[in-house]
Amino acid sequence: MPDTKESAHQLAEIIGKHQADYIEAHLEESQASYITYRGRELESIGKTTNVGGNVRALVRSGWGFSSFNSLSDLASRVELAVKQAQLAASKKSELASVEPVIDSALTTEIGNPVTIPLAKKKQLLDTYNDNIWETSKIKTSIIAYGDGFKKTIFLNSLGSFIEQDRADITLRLAAIATEDTEVQQAGLSLGSRGDFGAIENLHQPVTEMAQHAVALLSAPKVKGGEYTVVLDPILAGVFAHEAFGHLSEADFVYENDRLREIMVLGREFGGPELSIVDDATLPGLRGSYRYDDEGVPTTKTYLIREGRLVGRLHSRETAARMHEKPTGNARAVSYRYPPIVRMSNTYIEPRTASFTDLISDIKEGIYAKNWYGGTTSMEMFTFSAGEAYMIRNGKLAEPLRPVTLTGNLFHTLQNIDAIGSDLDMNQGGGCGKGGQMPLPVANGSPHIRIRHCLVGGK
Amino acid sequence: METILAQAKQVAEEAEVFMVSSEETPVQFETNHLKHIQSKQSGYVALRIIKEGRTGYAITTEFSDRQNLVDTATETAEFGMKAEFELPPQTLYPSIEVFDPTVESVTLEEMVKLGSELINIVRRHTPEVLCDAEVYKGTISTRIINSRGGELSYRQTVFSLGIQGQLIRGTDMLFVGESQSSCHPLSDTQAIASVVLRQLDLAREQAPIPTKPLPVIFTPNGVASALILPLMTAFNGKVVLEGASPISQSLGEQVFDERLSLYDDPTVAYRPQSRPADDEGTPSQRTTLVEQGRVASFIYDLQTAALASKKSTGNGGRARGGLPSPTPSAFIITPGGTTFTDMVSDVKEGLVIEHLMGAEQGNILSGDFSGNVLLGYRIESGKIVGRVKDTMVSGNVYQLLSDITAIGSDAKWVGSSVYTPSIYCPELSVASK
Repeated sequence: MPDTKESAHQLAEIIGKHQADYIEAHLEESQASYITYRGRELESIGKTTNVGGNVRALVRSGWGFSSFNSLSDLASRVELAVKQAQLAASKKSELASVEPVIDSALTTEIGNPVTIPLAKKKQLLDTYNDNIWETSKIKTSIIAYGDGFKKTIFLNSLGSFIEQDRADITLRLAAIATEDTEVQQAGLSLGSRGDFGAIENLHQPVTEMAQHAVALLSAPKVKGGEYTVVLDPILAGVFAHEAFGHLSEADFVYENDRLREIMVLGREFGGPELSIVDDATLPGLRGSYRYDDEGVPTTKTYLIREGRLVGRLHSRETAARMHEKPTGNARAVSYRYPPIVRMSNTYIEPRTASFTDLISDIKEGIYAKNWYGGTTSMEMFTFSAGEAYMIRNGKLAEPLRPVTLTGNLFHTLQNIDAIGSDLDMNQGGGCGKGGQMPLPVANGSPHIRIRHCLVGGK
Repeated sequence: METILAQAKQVAEEAEVFMVSSEETPVQFETNHLKHIQSKQSGYVALRIIKEGRTGYAITTEFSDRQNLVDTATETAEFGMKAEFELPPQTLYPSIEVFDPTVESVTLEEMVKLGSELINIVRRHTPEVLCDAEVYKGTISTRIINSRGGELSYRQTVFSLGIQGQLIRGTDMLFVGESQSSCHPLSDTQAIASVVLRQLDLAREQAPIPTKPLPVIFTPNGVASALILPLMTAFNGKVVLEGASPISQSLGEQVFDERLSLYDDPTVAYRPQSRPADDEGTPSQRTTLVEQGRVASFIYDLQTAALASKKSTGNGGRARGGLPSPTPSAFIITPGGTTFTDMVSDVKEGLVIEHLMGAEQGNILSGDFSGNVLLGYRIESGKIVGRVKDTMVSGNVYQLLSDITAIGSDAKWVGSSVYTPSIYCPELSVASK
C-alpha cells in the first residue's frame, strides 16, 4: 500500500504554491468485504481494497475537481483542478470562514469489521437464511451483508489537516414467497457504525419477516385515495428525510430566488408539536462524524422547531451566500466526488402520544410500517411501506399489500396532527443525491399520524 | 495483468483477471451558471479464481499490489460458491463500434459552450426557468484475460448532454428535463432543448383529474420510469432460476400483448451500453426476450446459465466491481405504427405519463407499481389540456402490457439503456386530491 499520509504532506506543500481562492484535498484508504446469498446458496463473497484521492480548487466561484487512484504525479492533479476552476470562474468567491483545524479524530474503540473472520460472518448469515427457509411457501431469499473501514485525510489551503476514520456495516435481508403466479416479498434493512453486535441475534425479526412475506400472498391491495395514516418510527423517519430533510439542504435553495422566498426562515410548515432535527454529533450512528468533508466541525441543527422553519443544512459556500452559519453538512460518498450538502442523522422529536392514542379515533385508516424506499422532487415526495394494515374503528385490522404514499411539502407536514413518544433511529438506509450513493445516514421518529394522506391503490 | 494471472494459476485451477480504467470529464451548470469542471481518473483490477471447484474474488485499485490480490481471492475461495461454468477460451468477437476518437478531442471550452447554448435556448422560451445542465465525456478501457487463453481488450467513448429545468410559481414546482448520450460527440442542443420546450408548453396550465380508472398513454420517458425495471428483474436468469420471477414458467407462452416485442441488445453501433463482449468475455449478442407477446428467453451470465442448463447470453455484468451476474445491456421495445397525436386524439378522458416518481419502490417482482405523476398531462376530448398534480397511479406491469390499445411510432432512447416508443393502455387506476 502507498503511504497516504506521506502523499498528504506532499499535497500540502504543492497546494501552497498555487494561486486559487481556495484549495482542498482528500486522500482515502479503504477496505471492504461482502457476502451475498440468493436462495439457499451463498452467491458471492469478496474483498476490496481502495486507495484514491482528489483535489478541489475554487477560483472566483468556479470549482475545479480532479479525482484519481494513482498517487503518482500529484502536482499535475492540483494544476488540473486549478486550471478547471479558472475556466469555470465568474464572480467573487464566497466561503463561510472557519478556523483551520489540525486534528486526528481516529476512533479506536469499535475497530475494523473487515478483519472479522469471513467464517464468523458466514456462520451468522447461514442461521438467518435457515430462519427464512424454515417458513413454508418461501420461494427464495436474498441476503446482502457488507462492511467497510476507511481512513481519510483532509487538508486545505488554510492549513487544516484532519485525519478521520469510519467503520460501517449494512445487512439487508429479503424473503420471497410465491403461490401460483403471485410473488410477494418482505425485507429488513439494518446497519451500524461498525458494531457487528448490532446485526447479531435477529432470529426472531428475520422469522417474522419471512412469515410476513407469506401473509402478503393472501393480503388485498388497498383502494387508492385519501386516508388518515399512522406511520411507525422507521417509515416516519424516511418521511422526515424525504418530505423535509432534502428541501432543507441549502444547495437546492441558495441560488434560487423563488425557493429562497418559499423557504424563508420563520415560515410555518407544521403544527406546534412538530420539530425536525439533523444532528451529526449524536454518538455512534451511521450518520455521525466529527468534521465534514470541508473540515467544518459538525453541529446539531434544528430544521423545524415548533412548526416553524428555523434552520437549514450548509456547506461553506451555501452558508456564505445565504449569510447563515456553516453547519458541517458538506459530505462526499467517496473521494471520487466533491462534497455536497447532505443530511446526517435526521429525526422528528418525540412528544407524548401513545400508539393507542394515535389509532383509537380512526374509523378507517392505514397503519404503514417499515421501509421500501422514498424519493423527493422537493414539492412532491413519495415513500413506500414494506408492511401495512387497515385500521378499522380504532383497531388494527387486516394486512395489506405494500403501499406507496405521496405527499406535498406544503400540505402534508401541516396534516401531522399527533406525535408519539417512542423515538427510534433506523440505521438501515442509504441516501442518494447528485449521483452519490449510498451515503450512510440515520433517520428516526416516534410514531406519527397524518390526516388526508394520498395512497396509491386499485 | 499477466503477472497476476500467472501468480493466480500457481494456487488455483482457473483464473481470470479483469481490468477497467477510465478518464471522465463532467462539466456541470447549476442554476443557469457554469459551476463545476471535473476530471476523474479511476481504475481497478479484479481477480476471479476457481480453487478446489469454488469461486474466489478480490478487487483492488492498487495494480502493483499483486500478491495481496491473489491472497485475498484465495481466502474468499474457501467459502465461495461452487463454480459450475468454464471461462471462455480465445474466440472471435463481433466488431461493434463503440469508440470515436473525436470525443477525446472535444475541448473543455467546447463543452462549456454546449451547456450554455442548451440553457440559453430553454431560457429564451421561458425566462424564469432555472436550469441545471451537464456535458460529459469519458473514455473507458477494458481488458480481460483468463487461464483458458481467453483475451479481449477494447476502448469505449461516451458523450452525454442533459438539462433539467425547474419552474416555481407560488409554491407550485414544475420539473422538466431531457438528456441524450452516444459514443460520438453530441452537438445538437436544439434537439434536446425542443423536448424540454414541449414539456413546458404542455404543462403551462394545470388540469385536475378525477379519482377513477382512466386510459393512459406512457410516453417513452414514462415507459422508462414506470415499466422497465420490473421487466429487467423478471427477465434476469437468476431470478427466473429461483422461481421468483412471475414469468419463470412462461417460456414460449403468450404473456404480453401480441404487438409487444422486447430485446436486450448490446450490439447497436455507437451506443454507450454496447460492447463486443460482456464482463466475462462472452461475445455480445442480440437476445429476443419477447417476440410478439411470447416470452422467448431470459438473460444469463456464465454461472447462472450453467446452473439453468442454458448458454450465457453475454449478459455477465459487474455492477460496482462485484462478481459477474446477469445484467441487462439495453432494453429495446419494437415501435408500432400509431403516432403520439393519434393516440391522444383517441382518448376522451385520460392521462399522459411523462415521469412517474417512486414506481421502483414497490414490490418489483410482482409487477405491481405505484407512483406520483411528477410530470403528466390530462387529456380531454382528444387534446392535452394541462398538467396534473397531486396524483398517484397504481397498476401491474403484466396486466397493463397484456392488453395494449396501441404502440407508438415514436421510439427513442431514454438514457442509455432503454429504447422505447409510447405505449397506450386502456385503463390504469388514478387517485388524485
